[in-house]
Amino acid sequence: MTNDDILQKLQAKFGQTIQHIEEPYGMLTFEAPKEDNLKILSFLKDDPSLQFTYLNDLTVVHYPEQIGKELCVVYLLQNIYTKTRIRFKTYTDIITPEVYTATSLYATANWLEREAYDFFGVQFIGHPNLIRIMNVEEMDYHPLRKEFPLEDQTRSDKDDDMFGR
Amino acid sequence: MRPVTHNTKVKLVEAPQGFTGEGFFTTKLSEVVGLARSNSIWPLPFATSCCGIEFMATMAAHYDLARFGSERLGFSPRQCDLLMVMGTISKKMAPVLRQVYLQMAEPRWVLAVGACASSGGIFDTYSVLQGIDQVIPVDVYVPGCPPRPEAILDGFMRIQDLVKQESIRRRTDDQYKELLNSYGIQ
Repeated sequence: MTNDDILQKLQAKFGQTIQHIEEPYGMLTFEAPKEDNLKILSFLKDDPSLQFTYLNDLTVVHYPEQIGKELCVVYLLQNIYTKTRIRFKTYTDIITPEVYTATSLYATANWLEREAYDFFGVQFIGHPNLIRIMNVEEMDYHPLRKEFPLEDQTRSDKDDDMFGR
Repeated sequence: MRPVTHNTKVKLVEAPQGFTGEGFFTTKLSEVVGLARSNSIWPLPFATSCCGIEFMATMAAHYDLARFGSERLGFSPRQCDLLMVMGTISKKMAPVLRQVYLQMAEPRWVLAVGACASSGGIFDTYSVLQGIDQVIPVDVYVPGCPPRPEAILDGFMRIQDLVKQESIRRRTDDQYKELLNSYGIQ
C-alpha cells in the first residue's frame, strides 16, 4: 500500500475536502475540515483496503498567528498489517475549539483527547469523560497554549533579570 | 593474623553534660531524649528522581547511613521520624506528599534533598511545585543537583543536631502550632 493508493482512495471518496497533501520523510500528511474528521477517520479505519485500525497518537499544535485556524489537532494513524503510517490534521479556531470526538472509533482516543483538552483546551464533542488527565484539577488554564508563560507564576524568589524572563 | 582487620576505632556518642556522683548520673531529660532520638532516626525515603539514586548510594555500604543510627528505613510514614524528600515534586504529587507528612506521628522532621525539593530547581514550570516548603514545613535543605552522598549525610547530621537540641516541649508550644497552622495543618 503506497501513499498514492491511500490518497487516491481518499480523494475518490472525499474529493476536494482533502487538502495540503505533503509527504515529509515519506509519511503521507493531509488536512481536512474539522466537520469531516469522523467521516474520514471511520473511512480510514473501516475500509477493508485501508484498515488504519490503530490510533498511534493524537496531538495538538497551537499556531497563534493563524487567525481562525489556531489549534491543529493531529491524528497519527497506523495500519498494523502493512505497517503504514499516515498523519491527518484538522484545524479549529481558538474561540470555539470544538472537534468531534474519536472515542467511538478508537478507544485510545479517550485518554489522548483528555490530554489534548488538558493542555490546549480543545473541546471534544461527545467525549464521555472530558476532564483533566495530567495536570492538577484546580488548574484554571490550558498551559501549552502560547499565551501562557512556561514558568511557574507563583514563584517570588527569582530575579527576573537572571532567569531571562 | 586474621585476614580481616576489624575497626577498632569505634566512636561512641558522648554522654550529655551532667552531674556524676558515686553510682548516679544526673542530666536534663530533654538531653537524654534528644540523644536517644537523634541516634535512632527512622527515615522515610520519598524519592522521586535522581536525588533518590544518590540516596541509594548514601544508604548502601560505601557511605552507609546506618553509621548514624538509621539502619532501619521505614516505608510506612506511621513508623518514621524523618521524611527525606528527594527529587522533583510535581504539583500533582504535592497532596500526596502532604498526606504522607500528615500520617507521620510527632515528633517529625523533614529533609529536603536537592535543588528540586528545595526550590523547584531547574523546573521553573507550570507543573512543578516550587519547593516542598510550599506544602509542608522543612527543617533542613540540602543543596545540589543532585547532591553527593556526602552532602546528604551532612544534611542528615544537621537534622541530628536539631533533634539533639530540641526541647521536649517544642511540639506543644504556640510557635510550633502557629507554624503548622500557616500550612493549614490541624
